[in-house]
Amino acid sequence: MDRPYQPTLHFLHAASPGDATAYLSGVDPRARLVAAVALALVVAAAHGWIVPAIALAAAVLGVALSGLSPKVVLRRLLLLESVMLLLLLLLPLGIDWGAVWKVSPLPPGEGPGVRAEGTEGTDDCGSLTNSPHPNPLPAGEGTGGGGFRFGFLLFSHDGLWLALQIALKANAIVLGLMALVGTMDAMTLGHALCHLHVPDKLAHLLLFTVRYLDIFHREYGRLRAAMKVRGFRPHMNLHTYRVYGYLVGMLLVRSFDRSERIVAAMKCRCFRGRFYVLSHFHFSSRDVPFCAAFLMLLATLALVNWL
Amino acid sequence: MNETPLIQLQDVQFSYGPERPVLLGCNFQLAPGQRLALLGQNGSGKTTLLHMIVGLLRPAAGHVEAFGKICASEADFHEVRRRAGLLFQDADDQLFCPTVAEDVAFGPLNLGKPREEVWQIVADTLRSLGLDGYGRRITYRLSGGEKRLVALATVLAMQPDVLLLDEPTSELDEAATERLVDVLNGLPQAIIVVSHNRPFWRRIATTAVELRDGKIEAASAGDF
Repeated sequence: MDRPYQPTLHFLHAASPGDATAYLSGVDPRARLVAAVALALVVAAAHGWIVPAIALAAAVLGVALSGLSPKVVLRRLLLLESVMLLLLLLLPLGIDWGAVWKVSPLPPGEGPGVRAEGTEGTDDCGSLTNSPHPNPLPAGEGTGGGGFRFGFLLFSHDGLWLALQIALKANAIVLGLMALVGTMDAMTLGHALCHLHVPDKLAHLLLFTVRYLDIFHREYGRLRAAMKVRGFRPHMNLHTYRVYGYLVGMLLVRSFDRSERIVAAMKCRCFRGRFYVLSHFHFSSRDVPFCAAFLMLLATLALVNWL
Repeated sequence: MNETPLIQLQDVQFSYGPERPVLLGCNFQLAPGQRLALLGQNGSGKTTLLHMIVGLLRPAAGHVEAFGKICASEADFHEVRRRAGLLFQDADDQLFCPTVAEDVAFGPLNLGKPREEVWQIVADTLRSLGLDGYGRRITYRLSGGEKRLVALATVLAMQPDVLLLDEPTSELDEAATERLVDVLNGLPQAIIVVSHNRPFWRRIATTAVELRDGKIEAASAGDF
């Protein structure tokens, strides 16, 4: 971190990153929060392709209505997609332990877990039980139990389908969260949590974190600056590690001191362990279309999934 | 002084460990309506003394009397904290709520006032300090001067009888200091002000005392 210090945490306080006039950012934050959680739960529990696909389409529509700029959406999605890509590469992979250990050269199709083209799943299961090194691949069940192999690596269709399904679900959930919650600033989120009777402690932890993160960040910046003006440059040596240790230690001590002062300030204003929320959200006519549409979506998803 | 003092410390002793004794038999009084500058070098115990008045620190010996009552337990100090508003040295310690309105409302809500009344108090307090329209501002995005005034608003919202100001001009520029002087001089409360800024406290205070070697002494004539 040799860049000049810049306060980088303003996103926490930025009024909603999207367009405030967009329809979804005007909907009651509590309704949006509940909707996001419900959508995530239903999609996560769904099986098959149809439900995640409908949810994804709805989430894309939601993002369009949320007023988020496409640039922001893509930047946020990039992180998710990199993880999904990794999953897509790794999940279908298995290892032909027989080929690795060379325990007993088995004819193709009969090695432990080897599922060459055309081999049926039931055969696999039979050979798996006899294998000293069970194949970590899920046993094929219907949809493309086949796969192919490179040397001792197995590439199964099942794994691929599974990874694709996970990617689809993850995208639907993340886009849904982005559309519903991503346009809320942290303060509104904290308040919405308070109003939804999430335990006070959790909600206030969030609010206090938001309030003081930047101050600790600045504190860190000051300490770093103090180190730099005395010629400190990080290297791979003991001195650097020790100095970083001091830095973290100092930050902890200062944070602790500050928390003590904050408690003192709160006590001075007659704080006795209970928080009161001043402002209230009001459910308005603007929220009705959103709730109706969302309930219909949820009902459709549930019907498709469980009937 | 014939009236009962608002705040009185008698033979108060306090130390931060054996190597750092701070108050050594300190006697101190604040009369109703009095505006007192509390002077002293760094580390002489000025902040300690203010914190002792509102019970954030307890004396090792001696006692604290506030509003005609000797205070010993936490419960005794609850009432003191409402009637004696302490303005902290660092406004960031004092403003911990997301928005200005919530921060100002924090004290009155703790006192159990109904919401409509609290909104009224918030609006009135902000208006009296020239902070109209600040209610929805985010506390941490305020400038140093604004933070100080909002912190003062949070204290005033408790409708205290005494103000304890700890270095109120630190981090303030001239214009902000000027505004603070105007605001403070328009307030009816008795005040104890800790400050190293002589032009400032001379415009606020009517009396000055100095904390020297753990005891309160009259400020030398040259000081005032």
